[in-house]
Amino acid sequence: MPKSKLVSGFAEAVAGIPDGATIAFGGFAGPGTPFNLIRALLAQGARNLTCVSNTTGGAHQPRMPDIGMLVENGQVRKVVCSFTAATRPTDVLPFARFLEAGQVEAELVPQGTLAERLRAAGSGIPAFYTPTGVGTEVAEGRETRNFDGREHLLERALPVDFAFLRAHQADEVGNLRYRLAQRNFNPVMAMAARTVVAEVEEELLPAGAMDPDSVHTPGILVHRLVRVPPAPEGLWPARRAERAR
Amino acid sequence: MSGDAAPKGWSRQQMADRLAAEFGDGWIVNLGVGIPTLCSNADTGDRDVVFHSENGVVGYGPVLPEGQEDLHLVNAGGQNVSLRPGAAIVHHADSFALIRSGRIDATVMGAYEAAANGDFANWKVAANAKGGGIGGAMDLAACARCVFLILEHTTRRGAPRLVRRCALPVTARRVVTLIATNYGLFEPAGEGFRVKELAPGLTLDEARAATGAPLTD
Repeated sequence: MPKSKLVSGFAEAVAGIPDGATIAFGGFAGPGTPFNLIRALLAQGARNLTCVSNTTGGAHQPRMPDIGMLVENGQVRKVVCSFTAATRPTDVLPFARFLEAGQVEAELVPQGTLAERLRAAGSGIPAFYTPTGVGTEVAEGRETRNFDGREHLLERALPVDFAFLRAHQADEVGNLRYRLAQRNFNPVMAMAARTVVAEVEEELLPAGAMDPDSVHTPGILVHRLVRVPPAPEGLWPARRAERAR
Repeated sequence: MSGDAAPKGWSRQQMADRLAAEFGDGWIVNLGVGIPTLCSNADTGDRDVVFHSENGVVGYGPVLPEGQEDLHLVNAGGQNVSLRPGAAIVHHADSFALIRSGRIDATVMGAYEAAANGDFANWKVAANAKGGGIGGAMDLAACARCVFLILEHTTRRGAPRLVRRCALPVTARRVVTLIATNYGLFEPAGEGFRVKELAPGLTLDEARAATGAPLTD
């Protein structure tokens, strides 16, 4: 019989994450973000972390657990993101204060390059060339090569120790399905990580109950599953309200 | 908007509608954060236009009214949108594979500055700023077949956003082909901009006074 990967709760799901770990966090503008695992990591207290995610957190309210909170909690050495500022220039994130003060390092990466660096890491590809960023600050000091008359930047794979994901459905062996825009970075982060922890919205299915043709992330990549309890105990995406200005 | 007089010319939705009129039948169009998201509300008539969002949503439609949203479905701006019949979802790496491999006919983005040589800047608010927001802009600008911009013609303080050369760090070089502002529709032409259309009520002299590079008819 296959062994269930369900753990007892969020504390167990993030147990043993060591200081200095590199963690990728799924999610884009809400859907697919492992809010409950981030909250558990705030309590768990691992420090000197490198956090890989699309953003450090948005300016929308109500604020949900985000990378910025881990930074504010003194747990983060470096972030690797495609946004380290809010999309609206008049919004200033709490993260900005830490970046300005040099209390956290930031590597700003074009979003497609970020996704592909994760995909490469999960695919045994050490590096690749992309036309993205040529002629910009991102290209400064970088190795380039001309292919078919066009300049490209060399980009390295981005392997991570852990991936924190949020999925809609899972079976007990860890096969995952995402719903709609929840998918985003989650599948490539699962590929790039050595240990994958997923918070799951629906009740776990027994092994064999999920159609193999409909699996998005295969269970062999997934190590720990935790069910998101109903609100208010569990955190669920809320309708996004504009920040009061 | 600041408390000053309403901006001249087109409203935000009118800019989006006017630019959306340039989309060809069968085009795959990516819409960025801000005013560009309003293009998915535009009436594209008989033209079949598929809207792509960088987070892997292929084939979405208008933003849904409050109460009808599906919280698992957002566009690039985090707005809860609808799906059109025939929509598909892919993961992030595949979404950007679609972009880099030239499947996107047009990308519509906001910008802080647009230059006459086709450069534009939309990821850093100041040259010396720490941090910024690249998002998918550099991938889209480098790889989409057409790069269109929608932006207010001037800053809140009245400084031109259409300039001869960008002062801010650029997102990509020599890629922009069409710009919609509240003043009208403009094409980068090297040292200046060609006026394709002026918004109702605006004169060429008014547009010239608010532009940081020469305008030609």
